[in-house]
Amino acid sequence: MPTTPIKNEPVKIGYYICHCGTNIASVIDVDAVAKYISKLPNVVVSRNYKYMCSDPGQKLIEDDIAKYQLNRIVVAACSPLLHETTFRNATRKGGLNPFYFQMVNVREHNAWVHSDREQATRKAIELSRAAVERVSLHKPLEIRKLPINPNVLIVGGGIAGIHAALVLANAGKHVYLVEREPTIGGHMAKFDKTFPTLDCAACVLTPKMAAVGKHPNITLWTYSDVVKVDGYVGNYKVTVRRRPRYVIEELCTGCLECIDACIYKEPKFSDEFNLGLGKRKPVYIPFAQAIPSIATIDANTCIELKTGKCKKTCVDACGDRKAIDFKQKEELKEITVGAVIITTGFKTFDARRILYYGYGVYPNVITSLEAERLLNAAGPTSGEFLTRDGRKPKQIAIIHCVGSRDENTNKWCSRVCCLYSLKLAHLIHERTEAEVFNFYIDMRTPGKSMEEFYNRVAEEGVNFVRGRVADIYPDPSDGSTGHLVVQAEDTLLGKILKVPVDMVVLSVGLEPDPASENIRKMFNLSCGSEGWFLERHPKLAPVSSFNEGIFIAGCCQGPKDIPDTVAQAGAAAAEAFSIIDLGNIEIEPNTAYIIESECSGCKSCIPLCPYSAISFDTEKHKSVINEALCKGCGTCVAACPSGSIVQNLFEDEEIISEINGLLEPIEVK
Amino acid sequence: MENENKNKSGNGNWSPRIVAFFCNWCTYTAADLAGVSRMKYAPNTRIIRLMCSGRVDPQFILEALARGADGVLIGGCHPGDCHYVEGNYKCLRRFRMLKRMLVDMGIEDKRVRLEWISAAEGEKVKRVVNEMVAEIQELGPLGIPKKFEEWDKEIEDLKHEIENKEKEEVAKQ
Repeated sequence: MPTTPIKNEPVKIGYYICHCGTNIASVIDVDAVAKYISKLPNVVVSRNYKYMCSDPGQKLIEDDIAKYQLNRIVVAACSPLLHETTFRNATRKGGLNPFYFQMVNVREHNAWVHSDREQATRKAIELSRAAVERVSLHKPLEIRKLPINPNVLIVGGGIAGIHAALVLANAGKHVYLVEREPTIGGHMAKFDKTFPTLDCAACVLTPKMAAVGKHPNITLWTYSDVVKVDGYVGNYKVTVRRRPRYVIEELCTGCLECIDACIYKEPKFSDEFNLGLGKRKPVYIPFAQAIPSIATIDANTCIELKTGKCKKTCVDACGDRKAIDFKQKEELKEITVGAVIITTGFKTFDARRILYYGYGVYPNVITSLEAERLLNAAGPTSGEFLTRDGRKPKQIAIIHCVGSRDENTNKWCSRVCCLYSLKLAHLIHERTEAEVFNFYIDMRTPGKSMEEFYNRVAEEGVNFVRGRVADIYPDPSDGSTGHLVVQAEDTLLGKILKVPVDMVVLSVGLEPDPASENIRKMFNLSCGSEGWFLERHPKLAPVSSFNEGIFIAGCCQGPKDIPDTVAQAGAAAAEAFSIIDLGNIEIEPNTAYIIESECSGCKSCIPLCPYSAISFDTEKHKSVINEALCKGCGTCVAACPSGSIVQNLFEDEEIISEINGLLEPIEVK
Repeated sequence: MENENKNKSGNGNWSPRIVAFFCNWCTYTAADLAGVSRMKYAPNTRIIRLMCSGRVDPQFILEALARGADGVLIGGCHPGDCHYVEGNYKCLRRFRMLKRMLVDMGIEDKRVRLEWISAAEGEKVKRVVNEMVAEIQELGPLGIPKKFEEWDKEIEDLKHEIENKEKEEVAKQ
């Protein structure tokens, strides 16, 4: 809305350029800039100071406002994304409206990217002059406060989502946890042991899963997807699709008698949870400790659902509980939440992409995740680590960096592979007494107790070969026995090695999950060129996204191990808590409004608004902007042919004065 | 670094002045990232922060050129990644239209450029700025303010001419 009328007082500007220690002052002649600016019209004070963001720096502004009756402040320092709020607050403390302030970015956009002192100083002067011209036109604005819905949505029920959900639920907040699979647990539920402590993944994970399942503050929706997102921080309207599992959750007791009773006496279909290494029936539970402990009927394999001609022995077994419902339809649930945490995790690298490793061609070349399932006592082989033809392996190769640190596939280090490869080496050696060869590029074991773990595995007699494996091929000497030869150059010995093995484990790297691209789009998250979700600041806002109230945690942000994932999840929960617990949130007042007297009623702005914030007043024949819905992009402002739409903080005149300030000729000595 | 000092060569001491409009969420942040990563690039751009590339009024581009910019660079989020859903598409539409007009008016294609640069692409800020500076260096100054002066002078001269003729005719009568 139009702000309070501007008093007709003369503009008095205080200008401050920060040295930022030597960050700015070593490249930009801050004295010369301050001197130049001091001569501009309306500038009353022009100073340079070592650290403007420090307490004395801010005090300087406050004192000058009092002493010189300043009514506009310009600070040239770092990026406004870093310290704009700091200086707006100093301006407010000095007794002025905080929006009588403009910031100039002379660090990130100048001192840090240029080294020619003269050019950089000139640029600083031009940028500062633009700000000085602009700030004269600033109007007093009021920060808007919006109420916040105290509920939180968490997307993804891996260890990150589980941990964040528990933290918030224990703090008394209501959490909706949405998971696409029939159970929560994510990748961690598939692991056998975890490095470096070798505690069993299930022992640490399943109690937390159970806690989620029975927590009164958690609404758990598995087998569900987020399909639509609207709204803004404090008030996100989210639609979740609950796919039919043909079992009524409220009525199912988790007895699993339906699975025994299924018309298929033996499991026949590929078991997704075990990566196809085992078999399941059409009615199944992914694994014994799945949460929720409820059967799911797979529509693609169930005879009744495919043909309607099954004896339905499962229904008989369920009996009076009446939990099986073949007519179940998908359900759309609409919820409102104040904050969202995205914990959609990763996918493992598809080893088929590296042809010469023969994954998918040679049955005894398996991925590390498959190795986890084979080693897991609850896995398809009950923990027996055998070749596909049931032999006990005598020699095994583990190849590091498959789909990591590789120009042809993924350039990044997946961070966990060296350590889980060491863990697999230890476990395989322990279970099979086979001789294990780990082929690595560099052994990367940073972190608490990790190097010690490496030493321990080395002492146990695992062989380490430094070199990238160039080829894997069937052993030519023994025909069809399934033996393989691993060929690599040992770069420490400078020798080509050909190691005969029974099995090869490919330590596949971590990749962004293409399935979560959809989630990324819906929540409008940024990502790097690799596809990992982008944090607002790599150091200072590692779990925030660029959207207020949306946080990211775990491997969707980048590869990391379980302790780091849990730490991030806790951080994201705390960040979300700090927003929703406050009851309301402050919003930047950069919304647009229409000058009624100038609006011609052409309606060109109406279809442009992505938030439907503009409506048409048919009586007055004018457009009207609903301030509560406007998010301040300014698209309508740029489009209005009569110039009757104004965006607060980004008025046409303000921007044009900025352009002018940049381009006026200057004489600098 | 490579381009940083090049702009002094050729054309005397002239080096291009480029006004850049960067959206707050992607490209401005990318320029911050370039800074944090201490990438060195040509010092010829002056960045104006807008919330969205959809806020770039074609008038801003014209104003910048009219007031002496040799080029204008607009940076927005990649298609599909706009913080405001589709502001970047709207920017693209306006940009295409304006571009056609500018080219018809004799302003070279390379002087006005639209780039999608995500918050993670500090490297791309460096590359695009350096490329653009090199290209405009090649083209030379645009000098619209000077042309305005010339046109103003021409009109002024014409006026005088007409006035003088009128005076002469009055004198004859």
